[in-house]
Amino acid sequence: MSVTPEELRQRIEAAIPHAVAEVTGDGHHFRAEVTSPVFAGLGRIAQHQLVYAVFGDEIGDRIHALSIKTTTPTTEALR
Amino acid sequence: MTEPATNEMRDAIASAISDNPVILFMKGSPEAPACGFSARTISVLRQLDTPFAAVDVLPDPRIRQELTQISGWPTIPQLFVDGELVGGADIVAEMYESGELASLLGVDPAAGAVPEPTPGGSAPLSIENRLN
Repeated sequence: MSVTPEELRQRIEAAIPHAVAEVTGDGHHFRAEVTSPVFAGLGRIAQHQLVYAVFGDEIGDRIHALSIKTTTPTTEALR
Repeated sequence: MTEPATNEMRDAIASAISDNPVILFMKGSPEAPACGFSARTISVLRQLDTPFAAVDVLPDPRIRQELTQISGWPTIPQLFVDGELVGGADIVAEMYESGELASLLGVDPAAGAVPEPTPGGSAPLSIENRLN
């Protein structure tokens, strides 16, 4: 029943089109850095809501905390 | 299915959001945050020396449930400015670093250089008490 960063990474990449995710965490608190072209044109709130939506009610329950950073491939390339 | 008490709770939360220009829903109080994410967000608001209202979601689990229904955001803390969800701890930190938060709040970004205690900012609102 324990959660692994790898599980979260696979689920994010499966659910969000063309997403590339890096997830770290200790089984309770996780941090996800997600890049996807679908974030383009969305505000930060909407971008993070897309990632939270992958896990629904599991956030705050099975996944105690998920810290999110979202980028689009374009903003990533500009760094 | 929805009990009347739940609607009162939702109404109380919605009023708190619309009545307070800057309001933070958090775990614990500004003086004693009960979670690292809430603590980080409090410290950002203090750095900007901005007054804010704070609501502790821990005394009643319905506060968090109803808040999430209103905001569509699953985690605590949640910062609202002028009735709009700004975000949780990560977004608040990101916007603080970029200076966006200072301009949203209409404060001097350089306020961060001289952090001062904000006595006016720490009066906690107790939504659960309003319903008693």
